[in-house]
Amino acid sequence: MNIRIKVDFIKELKEEILLKQECVAMLLAGGQGSRLGLLTKNIAKPAIPFGGKYRIIDFTLSNCSNSGIYTVGVLTQYEPLILNSYIGVGSPWDLDKKDAGITVLPPYVKNDGGEWYKGTANAVYQNMDFIDHHEPKYVIVLSGDHIYKMDYSLMLDYHKEKNADVTISVIQVPWKETSRFGIMNTNEEGRIVEFQEKPEKAISNLASMGVYIFNWEKLKKHLIEDEKDKNSSNDFGKNVIPKMLREEERLFAYAFDGYWKDVGTIESFWEANMDLLLEEPPLDVFDRDWVFYSVNPSQPPQYIGGSGSIDNSLISDGCQIFGEVNNTVVFPGVHVEKGAIIKDSIIMSNVHVGAGAFIEKAIVGEDSTIEADVMIERSEENEKKITVIEEKMHIKKDSYSRERSSRVLSKEGV
Amino acid sequence: MKDVMGVINDIEIKQGLEKIVEHRSTAAVPFGGRYRVIDFVLSNMVNSGIKNIGIFTENNSRSLIDHVNAGKEWGLFSRRDGLFILPPKLRYHYGAKKTGDIDCFYSHIDYFKRSRQNYVLLSSSNMLYNINYKKIKDYYEDKKADIVFLHSKDKGKLKSQQNINNSLEMVFMKKSLFLEIIEECILKGYSDFIKEGIIKNVDKYNMYGYRYDGYVANIDCVSSYFSHSMDLLKPEVWRDLFFKEGNINTKINDEAPAKYMKNSEVKNSLVTEGCIIEGKVINSILFRGVKVHKNAVIRNSIIMQKSVVEENAIIENAILDKDVKITAGKVVKGEGDSPIIIGKTQIV
Repeated sequence: MNIRIKVDFIKELKEEILLKQECVAMLLAGGQGSRLGLLTKNIAKPAIPFGGKYRIIDFTLSNCSNSGIYTVGVLTQYEPLILNSYIGVGSPWDLDKKDAGITVLPPYVKNDGGEWYKGTANAVYQNMDFIDHHEPKYVIVLSGDHIYKMDYSLMLDYHKEKNADVTISVIQVPWKETSRFGIMNTNEEGRIVEFQEKPEKAISNLASMGVYIFNWEKLKKHLIEDEKDKNSSNDFGKNVIPKMLREEERLFAYAFDGYWKDVGTIESFWEANMDLLLEEPPLDVFDRDWVFYSVNPSQPPQYIGGSGSIDNSLISDGCQIFGEVNNTVVFPGVHVEKGAIIKDSIIMSNVHVGAGAFIEKAIVGEDSTIEADVMIERSEENEKKITVIEEKMHIKKDSYSRERSSRVLSKEGV
Repeated sequence: MKDVMGVINDIEIKQGLEKIVEHRSTAAVPFGGRYRVIDFVLSNMVNSGIKNIGIFTENNSRSLIDHVNAGKEWGLFSRRDGLFILPPKLRYHYGAKKTGDIDCFYSHIDYFKRSRQNYVLLSSSNMLYNINYKKIKDYYEDKKADIVFLHSKDKGKLKSQQNINNSLEMVFMKKSLFLEIIEECILKGYSDFIKEGIIKNVDKYNMYGYRYDGYVANIDCVSSYFSHSMDLLKPEVWRDLFFKEGNINTKINDEAPAKYMKNSEVKNSLVTEGCIIEGKVINSILFRGVKVHKNAVIRNSIIMQKSVVEENAIIENAILDKDVKITAGKVVKGEGDSPIIIGKTQIV
């Protein structure tokens, strides 16, 4: 009996070791995210601060780590400085492993010249050597700009069970939004029979979440073919997936029913932050069994003064709050002076809000100063409008006026 | 400061801290919402540029070792030098007379000899302040001293025993002198480095006090623990202790930002990440991951990591240690200057 237990144990141990090697993650983090306007002026979209102490990429990296995928390549291209220094050697996400770990992969010069990443598929194509180096059986392609909690190891199990060539994770979206997504039509066993990229008339409401698991051999073959096709824009959603479908490869949809949010616009970015403030948030950042890791600033606990008052908000460490904060997400090191009122907003790190200032429905970038008595009000013409103040801005009382707003701060329409 | 080695003395357990040190050594006493007392001296040393730090510990070291680990959070995880935890050597005669810090230093004398540094900065773990020790070294060189003490009152030449007893339990000297004093103590049968090794030689060495003017918290008994904790609620003390010369680092726990629910009320309090607050918190300190349920009231209290205060419970003048649970409707009240302590993992 003892021997039996030992054999099982060794088997388990082997499986655990194998998992590290069997699947390599390629995280696409090179996009500009131009619809996020001022927020991505100087930093790549995955590096945008989110939820009080995170950056958007933390969610995907934590999912990798929590799913036991420890070999991660991060493909960067647009404004990579902050993203690169943020990722470092990956230790905050427990990704600094001996035989695995995180590698930042910017475009590089090759023997025949080298070039920028032309599309998502081309970015992976240009890093085939990196993947081959780890000799994986599967490759999971992820995107660095979604907020969600997902166990990729369950999706990998499904992929194996279906003996699939590609598994695409899908989520039900409201029918009126189908034109924003890649839409899948599946048969009863889950096999994808039709694929529409951003269709005007959708045949289903199962949208691709931009999470793909490929058999590496198959993917490699298709990437090489796609690269040879001069008419292709080298994109997974537009070219590679439709081609694989045409050639009758085994494509399966993996239905995901948790919270998933594409924070590609100012409006959706703001909404996803506000979702964290709900009484029963759809994404639980307090879950100790699935921790979202992040680079932690070294800050003392937050201090709430006798004149401070906080309602329905998330507050990070190092803040000093002497004013009123309602329904707001506050990042580390923010100072809110007495008499200031903040509502329905996102206040990023080290912002100083002067006495008596009023801020409503705004996103205030890092290291900005809002002087005393400045009024940033909800727009009257458009209730949906969110004011965005970029990083390191100094907003003075007399310099703020609606006419000149484009100079000192910009209004982002949605 | 590359030529200075830091030595932290966590040998003596401050029994005045009662239940708080029942399961941990003095250095590992939780303080200020997210710290352990050792974080202050450790961060001061690192912020001053010291790269080699040894921690001498004796009993109940698990919390301490778990907390500092390989010193990564303080940037001490390196190929050369770094952090060394030095537990006592096995004593063959069980029940042998306890011989104080001299014995511990002597049993690890090879650690001192092997280290490349020529100076030793020795400190206890339970004095909290925020200083750059480079000033001490500069002062030492300026005065051509043999030994410099950090002092909260006196400065200049120290002549009497009284002077030294009031010091902040931090001394700076050449390593050769440090080793010389240890050898001498061993010969004479002394057991305490400062009280015997140095004070009894007050005329022999050229000793100076460097005066530190900032805020100092000496954590050695329950009432000082409580009053210094409450001092953190004064923004000037908060700034002085946490930001004066450098940041104080601590172990990372990856908690979410603190969540203040609808109808919660928090006034004049320190709150740490990972807390979820639905009730009322006044003049109090909440450590990481504390949960305060609806209509619960916490006043003038310290609530340590992961403790839970259920609905309608009332806590006043109390210290709840880690993982304590106060069930719905219970009342826990202490006297103003002698707070009631609820021990680790207790359920009330």
